[in-house]
Amino acid sequence: MKNLFLTFKKYRYLLFQLVKKDIKLKYRSSYMGVLWTLLEPLLTMMVLVLVFSKLYHNTKDFPVYILTGRLLYSFFANTTRGALKSVRANASMIKKVYVPKYMYPFASVLSGYVQFLISLVVLAGVAVYCNIKPTWHLLEALVPLTVILVLTMGAGLWLSTLAVFFRDLEYLWGVALTLIMYACAIFYRVETVVGDNNRWLFRLNPLYSVIENFRDAVYGNAMNMPVMLYSVGFSVVIFLSGLVVFYKNQDKFILHL
Amino acid sequence: MSETVLKVENVSVKYRLTEQKVDDLKDYLIKLFKRELRYKEFLALDNVSFTLNKGDRLAIMGMNGAGKSTLLKVIAGVLKASEGTVTKRGKVVPLLELGAGFDMQYTGSENIYLYGAMLGYSKAFLDEKYAEIVEFAELGDFINVPLKNYSSGMKARLGFSIATIVEPDILILDEVLSVGDAKFRKKSEKKIMDMFDKGITVLFVSHNESQVRNLCTKGILLEHGKMTVSGTVDEVLEKYKTITG
Repeated sequence: MKNLFLTFKKYRYLLFQLVKKDIKLKYRSSYMGVLWTLLEPLLTMMVLVLVFSKLYHNTKDFPVYILTGRLLYSFFANTTRGALKSVRANASMIKKVYVPKYMYPFASVLSGYVQFLISLVVLAGVAVYCNIKPTWHLLEALVPLTVILVLTMGAGLWLSTLAVFFRDLEYLWGVALTLIMYACAIFYRVETVVGDNNRWLFRLNPLYSVIENFRDAVYGNAMNMPVMLYSVGFSVVIFLSGLVVFYKNQDKFILHL
Repeated sequence: MSETVLKVENVSVKYRLTEQKVDDLKDYLIKLFKRELRYKEFLALDNVSFTLNKGDRLAIMGMNGAGKSTLLKVIAGVLKASEGTVTKRGKVVPLLELGAGFDMQYTGSENIYLYGAMLGYSKAFLDEKYAEIVEFAELGDFINVPLKNYSSGMKARLGFSIATIVEPDILILDEVLSVGDAKFRKKSEKKIMDMFDKGITVLFVSHNESQVRNLCTKGILLEHGKMTVSGTVDEVLEKYKTITG
């Protein structure tokens, strides 16, 4: 364990470099650069509002409802997809230079997180437009924003390990993500689907729990503590077990790449 | 008085070869149910041990497939030995696969920081050595051009300049580097010779007898993963000649 911290200290500059590379290269060749990070969620939100607002007779704050769910879900989806491929994508380096291998999934998740944080600017804009006033509950948003990072890191460690041994995991995970999306209640309200008494069904999905906490913070409602504790517990377990699985298998990676 | 810098103890590397490659879940499950998962074990290195003191220059000889590269990978830390241990002291610089961590979209100067970070250097250190690296690589204005526009010689020059910016305690060489054009080759050879003169420890893989005789003080011979000779360069070369015929 002590060794782990020492190598992390030595290679933290590499982590920074890998994250920087991911972000820099993503925007270098595109004409509007970082503007896409803001525009993309905004446009998808508009589509969803257009499609679903008539359907569910929603209120004026519906765009904020959609955007909070969508931003968090797409961070999770895009980043786990990237992390899944991260060890394989860097196979040529893993075979030639010694670097702590967890750097690759970590860097992949962190660069996604930076872009996600930038995209929150859109949410702020839309919230102002929909006349949602910030309260001190907004500070509580830091909790779900941290929990989702831990959860995504954990999932990324699991997926990147398994993907080394099973190439078809990429497709299976794509299917799983569709299921997770519908279980996140992004563009409908949970109570209209299962009724108020059965909300716990959705809350079993840790990502939905995170989204609910985040929405409460944005809307200025008090945080639901049991939901928060569940998502924290779930994420920490996934993260620690992911770390163990990754560590136990990392010496075998090179034989399978 | 001479201190041990590298100790390789009973190192074995075992590869598990599946008779048919199984790398997706579908195949794995099908084969598991049909009980067709069979593995063949293959020993790439079999119980290799040696010790190097400071200033020793070891020639590693053997035919293709004898396990030379596997041994270097284990010492460089890329591959983990199935059994046995490797104890290293000081900075190990493997001059293998120069520029393996380069990104083709990145410019030369961005790659200096990226590849440098990969070799474990800090930002402060790279800032300090940046000018020296650029000058040694002789890239001129190309340093601000993406690597995809470089010739292969330019890439190799940049890789060499970054990798040799530190003074290693242990240098790993796979064949003498023939990097770039005649002029740069002379320059890079001189740099390596200067390191040799400073008394660093060297691991050198080569098939070239005269180079080995000139450069090395000790030698080992690998045959099918086993170390069959360990001793002076002359002993190793003599045995090497008999097996190559």
